[in-house]
Amino acid sequence: MLNYDIVIVGGGPAGLAAAVSAKRNGAESILVLERDKELGGILNQCIHNGFGLHTFKEELTGPEYAQRFIDQLLEENIAYKLNTMVLDISQDKVVTAMNRQEGILEIQAKAIVLAMGCRERSRGALNIPGYRPAGVYSAGTAQRLVNMEGYLPGREVVILGSGDIGLIMARRMTLEGAKVKVVAELLPYSGGLKRNIVQCLDDFGIPLKLSHTVVDIKGKERVEGIVLAKVDENKKPIPGTEEFYSCDTLLLSCGLIPENELSRELGVEMSPVTSGPLVNESLETNVEGVFACGNVLHVHDLVDFVSQEAQAAGKNAAEYVMYGKKEGGQDIPIVTTQGVRYTVPKTMNLQRMEEKHVIRFRVGDVYKNCYVSVYLNDERIIHRRRPVVAPGEMEQVELKKEQLMAYPALQEITVKIEEE
Amino acid sequence: MYDVVIIGAGVSGCASARELSRFDLNICVVEMEEDVCCGTSKANSAIVHAGFDAKPGSLKAKLNVEGSKMMEKLSRELDFHYKKNGSLVVCINESERDNLNKLYERGIQNGVKDLRIIERDELIALEPNISDHAVAALYAPTGAIVCPFGMNIAFAENAAANGVEFRFDTKVIGVEKKENRWVVQTNQGEIETKYVVNAAGVYADVFHNMVSAKKIHITPRRGDYCLLDRSVEGFVTHTIFQLPGQFGKGVLVTPTVHGNTLIGPTAVDIEDKEGTNTTQQGIDELTEKAGNTVKNLPMRQVITSFAGLRAHEDSGEFIIEELEDAKGFIDCAGIASPGLSSAPAIGKMVASIIRDLTDAKERDNFITTRKGILDPKVLSKEEYAALIQEKPEYGNIICRCEMITEGEIMDAIHRPLGAKSLDGVKRRTRAGMGRCQAGFCSPKTMEILARERGVDPSEITKSGGESKLIVGVNKDRL
Repeated sequence: MLNYDIVIVGGGPAGLAAAVSAKRNGAESILVLERDKELGGILNQCIHNGFGLHTFKEELTGPEYAQRFIDQLLEENIAYKLNTMVLDISQDKVVTAMNRQEGILEIQAKAIVLAMGCRERSRGALNIPGYRPAGVYSAGTAQRLVNMEGYLPGREVVILGSGDIGLIMARRMTLEGAKVKVVAELLPYSGGLKRNIVQCLDDFGIPLKLSHTVVDIKGKERVEGIVLAKVDENKKPIPGTEEFYSCDTLLLSCGLIPENELSRELGVEMSPVTSGPLVNESLETNVEGVFACGNVLHVHDLVDFVSQEAQAAGKNAAEYVMYGKKEGGQDIPIVTTQGVRYTVPKTMNLQRMEEKHVIRFRVGDVYKNCYVSVYLNDERIIHRRRPVVAPGEMEQVELKKEQLMAYPALQEITVKIEEE
Repeated sequence: MYDVVIIGAGVSGCASARELSRFDLNICVVEMEEDVCCGTSKANSAIVHAGFDAKPGSLKAKLNVEGSKMMEKLSRELDFHYKKNGSLVVCINESERDNLNKLYERGIQNGVKDLRIIERDELIALEPNISDHAVAALYAPTGAIVCPFGMNIAFAENAAANGVEFRFDTKVIGVEKKENRWVVQTNQGEIETKYVVNAAGVYADVFHNMVSAKKIHITPRRGDYCLLDRSVEGFVTHTIFQLPGQFGKGVLVTPTVHGNTLIGPTAVDIEDKEGTNTTQQGIDELTEKAGNTVKNLPMRQVITSFAGLRAHEDSGEFIIEELEDAKGFIDCAGIASPGLSSAPAIGKMVASIIRDLTDAKERDNFITTRKGILDPKVLSKEEYAALIQEKPEYGNIICRCEMITEGEIMDAIHRPLGAKSLDGVKRRTRAGMGRCQAGFCSPKTMEILARERGVDPSEITKSGGESKLIVGVNKDRL
């Protein structure tokens, strides 16, 4: 049995930042377990730029952004294992993992940081009818083939879903010589960042069809075409609006799902909204000493925020290992209503919260000229005007500890969207 | 010249090949696809019917009950997944109780063991998610579930080990009698044989009608299915059928041997013998009809949907016989449901027909057992560790959803009749069959297939033919 203070499951952006932060905040022995052959996670296949504007005030590619954190990890002499799959995490924090060289490993940890990232929603989960030929890829799989292996998965492409990976892949496939015929989006708005719509579609003349979906896939061996249809307000295809597109490839960018199989097995309580763990202000799950950050907690748009969140998780894990759980104080629930789908964290303990504590959340619809409001019990303490909020862009508000401490008999904190 | 050519490497063809390989015969299986188990045999309900369904006295009833009885022992000999989970035919309307009793009677006539009718209380105790409308059920403890790929591949591998030759990508285009032999014309040339077994699934009528004046007609009857993630394992533990009645035939809800939950099938008669596309209508119908027998169906946990074609012959019966006007041509046609359940008995029957025709002797070196791909998950920690030390590829997880190692994939590729495509690997190992549906593992599996087969990755297909996964390299046409 190996022993480490902190075991971090996943060596992507979240795991790397959590590890470095834990070390810099006093934790001594830290081990990062990564299932792929190199550190950096999904960033390794994100060869476009635009990463790090918040963190480093410059535009980096995904691998460059990852390298900055990998360098920090190496400087801090943090241990890591590659090609190592975690099989199980027990309640008493024994991590079972496996790799080619060492076989089956058992590692006793004092704290664990979950940083496993997310996966893409598949064609099957979307239940798109039709044949099941080759040429239907999730956008991230195609991205890996193109950006890491140099293979072109197809020449005439239709993309379903206007999430960021779909938009980025529309541009990438075009640059590599494929013809992207159309990007279709089920919703009446895009789930991607505005800058990606401009830079990846508009700049290349690729049409974006909102309120459209794929209703049939043609081709028995390889995709020969797909049928798009317009959908009504209930997202049901409208008969008579079907349109055939000849293509050899269908890429799907229809949402990401946090990879929480290990967390569930461990008994971590999940949010049905995010499909990630429910966490308190310390990003700690209901299993004491088990923390979560990054896309396994909730799906982010920007890696900068993943890094920030992971730094908090790493610091909290280090403090937990050094001082134990800071007791006392009440866990104040954060209630979401009026357009706010969820918050991370879900509860706030005034003893343990930071002087300035960031609450991240997403809205369920597009709101224009609205306010992001925070209430302590019935009293509104934040009323911030926003020209537009959309489900595709994560929002945040900052709570000040002194303000909460000053409030007598605080029962609940409410985050909501208020319209004019 | 062969003694026997079997057209079709589905479960009937492979079961027949395996049973025939007991005898001193020179046998060849020809298959138009790149692998075994590519047609009806790969897309069905994956259940072993107890045998109460078929008409008493019919060949279907006889072979179903026989096949069902043989299955458990066979699953041990040939190492495929089988579980006797029991089945329930649920009556959701008091007025239809007569039909339930009739079904019970029919089961007794067919020789199904341990059948009984249970009332709502017992039913709920067995299946907590049963519909609030359920009033009673026919309980068949001998009902079971099986891995259809596992069984088909096991028959084929065992047949191959006993000397049967398999020719893939070999499409039969004609069958002709010449003097005392048959000439099977294929896209890969002619094959001569003394006997032909026509186990061609939905195409069996085509070959039958080439040689016989007594025509048969097979309708591909399409069935859509939805498969749910293992995360809802235990949603039902028995195979749940709806009692056919005024609400139609209903669909079944069943666990699979690997812990998924399967819902299906619909039944739509089509013309196209390759028409395995799912439809929105079909998927909607499944959701609605499954709701008749179970409640709180977690349809959000669907990980894939697929469609299979049953080879429904107009007579509604299995046709397994030597043709009167085409001696030496043996039909194994119309093998619709319960074809999978009957497969072991179908194999026996075909073999006995040919044995009687040829007087072939049993070989004394017949290999009765076959070992499947090693699943390291069944090993103890110590055994697993020792395995990785000896073969490090078993320490490398490729499919993270189903936790399938590189070692298992390499085994699947290198064993007799090994996997050549992603789907071939998937059916043998389950790599790519989980909740991400090969999103993560397909590039890795492609790489392993190319490396182990010594071919360029551009030649790796999803399922043979033109199903290429990549079409070129970046910027190759710029």
